Amino acid sequence: MPNTLEVDNLNTYFRSDYGSTQALENISFHIKQGEVLALVGESGSGKTVTSLSIMGLLPTNGFVKEGKIVLLTKKNTEINILDLSEAKLNNVRGKDVSMVFQEPMTCLNPTMTVGNQIAEVILNHKKISSTQANKEMIELLKLVEIPDPEQRSIEYPHQLSGGMRQRIMISIALACEPKLIIADEPTTALDVTIQAQLLDLLKKLKDSVVSRTSILFITHNLGIVREIADRIIVMYAGNIVEEGTVDDVFDKPFHPYTNGLIQSLPEFNIDNHKKIQPIPGNVPNMSDLPTGCYFHPRCNLANDNCKINKPDLIKISEKRKSRCFEYEKLI
Amino acid sequence: MLNIKNLSKEFPVEKGIFSQSTSTVKAVQKVSFNIEKNKVLGLVGESGSGKSTLGKTIMKLLNPTEGQIIFDNENITNYNNRQMIEIRKKLQMIFQDPFASLNPRKNIFDTLAEPVKVHGLINRNNLQEYIKQIINDVGLNVESLTRYPHEFSGGQRQRIGIARSLVLKPQFIIADEPVSALDVSIQAQVLNLLEKIRDAYNLTMIFISHDLSVIEYFSDNVVVLYLGKVMEISPKKKLFTNPLHPYSKALLSAVPKVKAKNQNKILVKGDIPSPINPPSGCVFRTRCQHATEECSKIVPQLQEVDNDRKIACIREDVW
Repeated sequence: MPNTLEVDNLNTYFRSDYGSTQALENISFHIKQGEVLALVGESGSGKTVTSLSIMGLLPTNGFVKEGKIVLLTKKNTEINILDLSEAKLNNVRGKDVSMVFQEPMTCLNPTMTVGNQIAEVILNHKKISSTQANKEMIELLKLVEIPDPEQRSIEYPHQLSGGMRQRIMISIALACEPKLIIADEPTTALDVTIQAQLLDLLKKLKDSVVSRTSILFITHNLGIVREIADRIIVMYAGNIVEEGTVDDVFDKPFHPYTNGLIQSLPEFNIDNHKKIQPIPGNVPNMSDLPTGCYFHPRCNLANDNCKINKPDLIKISEKRKSRCFEYEKLI
Repeated sequence: MLNIKNLSKEFPVEKGIFSQSTSTVKAVQKVSFNIEKNKVLGLVGESGSGKSTLGKTIMKLLNPTEGQIIFDNENITNYNNRQMIEIRKKLQMIFQDPFASLNPRKNIFDTLAEPVKVHGLINRNNLQEYIKQIINDVGLNVESLTRYPHEFSGGQRQRIGIARSLVLKPQFIIADEPVSALDVSIQAQVLNLLEKIRDAYNLTMIFISHDLSVIEYFSDNVVVLYLGKVMEISPKKKLFTNPLHPYSKALLSAVPKVKAKNQNKILVKGDIPSPINPPSGCVFRTRCQHATEECSKIVPQLQEVDNDRKIACIREDVW
């Protein structure tokens, strides 16, 4: 089965008055058809920049210097997103790849009924009548389990709760049955009970209608990753530091940063009530990165080699990669 | 140390040109609990459950609508601002967003020294030393005293927020979501710090959070709030191993866990109702899978179970 998305050697920079800063360094990964890939990292690690690069939605001072982002379209042709003109890109966005953002209120149009906003996407990409589009819109609302869809469709975003709005966002993302959905922290702004409802919905959708759709799930919450994702990529300071299947990585992390993230969760320290093991220090500033391995100032395995040389992302087994000289000490 | 009796806070909803108050938001309704000395009480609930309002009302940043706040054997419910000055020496607060709660035009030394000067706690000659000591206690170096809030990262700012709450040597601290705005690795650092200062300063604390794992890690007793009402009060261990109230059960099972996959989740339906017009009877009944006719008629009272727990639910058969 071909890959839905292949990102190859992606380098993204941001221009500022003081020169340009590199936000992503040689990011390469792929997503298979029907797979849920989680992109994990703390703020400033580059996970959102990765998703915006894929969508072609970088702010005006951001640019991709080199790399390839190859997307499989619905007609099973491969296109490099970076080669497309803005007009062509508009045609791809929403149809072949769509996005669910963190804060639905800022993404929905407050002056348009939610029904019209969903129908608009359908009409933009499909050659059908507006009555037909409205029918599909109601079907979508039923799919995302919105009660009383006819009534809800004529309401405005401010009349809906946060969870409802996020369901609307998901239905917009699903409207054209895209090959790839990028979900950027879709449940972060919601309460746990509402978050559980939405994760349940996403899982149900995965198992039924959109089983061929791949999801790139961006989050900082490791619990959600465990629940919903098949594979995980951990990012630190614009680099991928670890990659593997979710169960493998959580059972045996091969990078001290991943290990540190897991150990710093209160959840792991309750039974024996030892002190949480936090990662010391702060995430480095991208314009003032340490030498060698970017993680070495915060790492308890760091030696002289780590301070001078930057490790490569090496393949450890069929499905695992780690960017660490000393990963064997973790095994 | 602290006794809360039947505490309620309502906000009027004003409408029309004469600002007639048409209805009220019932943010906190008849909440009662006690905190013993040197214990940490966790307040947990979703947004709109009234946990922050409760924290602010206890601090008397908001005036309670009814009920009593007894702090250190002193009834402070009706104290005015001047009377509260003395109390606030002993009762301090840490806020969620350390950037919004620090004055951007004051350097850290001035921020920390101001309350000490106002209360005349330390004489001027020893002030420098005293502040240096506090800033060391929260894990920052002395050079940071001459810097301004924007020069610090989120985690460091929260350390400053903690330092400020400590300068008056309080006995009691209310921490309102102190780690929610921080990244996981920084959150762990700040949690460890809070634990350290709790022991070093002999503090009694109220720890407000929506994050159950943080509450589980940090508190001794837990109050579960929903729509301004107490659903369950329980020692931490009992609550997390065996939640009794249907809402506590649902809340606990909703948290995605790293350790275990595919746990059986209890999904609650719908959204939290409006506090302007809360459901009759039990406020949770509209989302509860065990709700019956009776639940809409009877307002459940907090009743004691195994001596140290209290539950507000009439469906004893599902506990």
